[in-house]
Amino acid sequence: MIEAQPQNKRAQRAASWWPRFNSGALTWGRLTLTLHAFLMYLFLYGPIFVLVVFSFTRDEFGVRWTGFTLEWYVRMFANDRLMGAAGNTLYVAFVSTVVSTIFGTLLALAMERHRFRGRTGVDAVIYLPVVIPEIAMAVSLLAFSALVLEFIRVVTGEVVRRSLVTVIIGHIAFSISFVTIVVRASLKHFDRRLEEAARDLGANSWQTFWRITFPMILPGILGGALLAFTLSLDNFIISLFLSGPGTSLLPVEVYNKVRRAVTPEINAISTLMLAVSITLVVLSQLVQRRR
Amino acid sequence: MHKGYAIELANVVKRFGEVAAVDHVTLQIHDGEFFSLLGPSGCGKTTTLRMIAGFEYPSGGELMIHGRPMATVPPHHRPVNTVFQSYALFPHMTVAQNVAFGLKMKRVPRAELGARVQAALDMVRLAGFAERYPRQMSGGQQQRVALARALVNQPEVLLLDEPLGALDQKLRKEMQLELKSLQHRVGITFIFVTHDQEEALTMSDRIAVMNQGKVLQVGTPTEIYERPTCKFVADFIGETNFIEGTVVEQSDEYATIQTPDGLQLRGYTPRPVNLGEAATLSLRPEKARLVLPSHARPEDAFTMPVHVEMITYIGSDTRITVRLNERRTLDVWEQNTLSTLDRNAYWQPGEAAVLVCPPANALVLTE
Repeated sequence: MIEAQPQNKRAQRAASWWPRFNSGALTWGRLTLTLHAFLMYLFLYGPIFVLVVFSFTRDEFGVRWTGFTLEWYVRMFANDRLMGAAGNTLYVAFVSTVVSTIFGTLLALAMERHRFRGRTGVDAVIYLPVVIPEIAMAVSLLAFSALVLEFIRVVTGEVVRRSLVTVIIGHIAFSISFVTIVVRASLKHFDRRLEEAARDLGANSWQTFWRITFPMILPGILGGALLAFTLSLDNFIISLFLSGPGTSLLPVEVYNKVRRAVTPEINAISTLMLAVSITLVVLSQLVQRRR
Repeated sequence: MHKGYAIELANVVKRFGEVAAVDHVTLQIHDGEFFSLLGPSGCGKTTTLRMIAGFEYPSGGELMIHGRPMATVPPHHRPVNTVFQSYALFPHMTVAQNVAFGLKMKRVPRAELGARVQAALDMVRLAGFAERYPRQMSGGQQQRVALARALVNQPEVLLLDEPLGALDQKLRKEMQLELKSLQHRVGITFIFVTHDQEEALTMSDRIAVMNQGKVLQVGTPTEIYERPTCKFVADFIGETNFIEGTVVEQSDEYATIQTPDGLQLRGYTPRPVNLGEAATLSLRPEKARLVLPSHARPEDAFTMPVHVEMITYIGSDTRITVRLNERRTLDVWEQNTLSTLDRNAYWQPGEAAVLVCPPANALVLTE
């Protein structure tokens, strides 16, 4: 009898996600809340679950379960066109992440640390790429790139086409905002007394930044970078508008394939992209929590 | 070794926009002194300290450290170190790395560095904590790490910005004594900022009382408590009763004021007063006595007929509130020198009494 109580408590803790019926009568409120939660998760993750499952089916159309196979993954890796697009996508994501992380961090530092003319203006504009419809952003980038390419043609006589470079520039354009937001958040928590303490102990501004400020905001910077990388990986509209002939990116390539036919191969690619995205997001969360 | 003062401020002003946070402050702080800047929040004490540290540059005036002009020298080139209110320990470094930071910046050789870090940790009794991170330590331990991190650099002056503010009462008392003895051992000039008058009285060799950016009085704890030169200092340090009146008689170091009720009260004047001037009599509760009306003697400086209103027994003292007239009550503290349970040994509410005080125990102050 004496030991029964703690065991009971342990059992309660283990099932803490389940509504606690023992501490009171089962109420309609609790029941509907639980039901609501189940439905929400079903709505959100049901389709993704189906996608992942049907990437392993033998069925050629990927809509029925007829047995387990890894054939679609093998086929996917053998598809040069698809792999080329994946390579392009990784390349674009890598370059745009590095550039936007550097500029986004610098921008965040400037915004948090200094009062300068036009700061309020920059503050307002900085979030624009996050809130405006992506299609508007894509159209404006397309129009702007057309203008610039035309300008180059007129001045130098060279005909420059849209390519991965224009895609990279487009991705940088929206990634900087996201990086800035994340880094600014980590700067807000940063205690500036730490910098004063470093100065007080004989460090100059440069030493203070690299030994104190940078290590302290590094989780924020990495979080911002991972976010930028993920956003670049699965960006569709801007990639579609800004890529040139023969420079296809993975999301665009997937879309082109889907237009013809939905095959389990598509499911396989999507599952892989999903896995990469989830990994990156989880990683960024972990890195930011570590502080 | 050094000639003159450790720190010298001459007419130092610091303005933030229109507001003068520090308003023509002049201070001379001796070598090896434990010097406190005391005042309510917003009085300019922290700004003064930050100017000595180099985090703020004065808007005007001269600031010297051991005779060298320092007003616009950046913090990392000053021979001073700071212990911050929030400790400001580097959270991503171990205790040893925190303490070593200043020596590393000065490129102290590795062998010497290790020994000095160890000695500094020994000094604050944290020898076994070198590999811990600040977050794994209690507030009091973090406080001592901050001390070691500053003292390991052997600064000419140590600046302490309310370092005990975040500690609980008991630990605070311990740290006060520990800081004081530490200062004796290392012989470094300490400049200590606090808003806690008891703390300042306990630890300091000298205290500067500040209010609204100005230094009102500089003196030893005894001078500040016993001979405040203005009403603010008398009010801020310890407790006191104020009685307003006009100066009607003035001689040498004493003056008599007359209250609107016609009472004449005589007291010591730390600063000369003029006849006819408005003045306040400051009377500390422990420096007055209550006697039965029949016991009042003419040699007392003044006698005030009062009625006992409230009695609070707090063990060592009995705190008695007496009523002088409809508008004013006064506090008198009597030490409980007698050990008895007899209620009659104490005053009773409603009892008539006479408050007596020798003139040297009361002060006549102007604004």
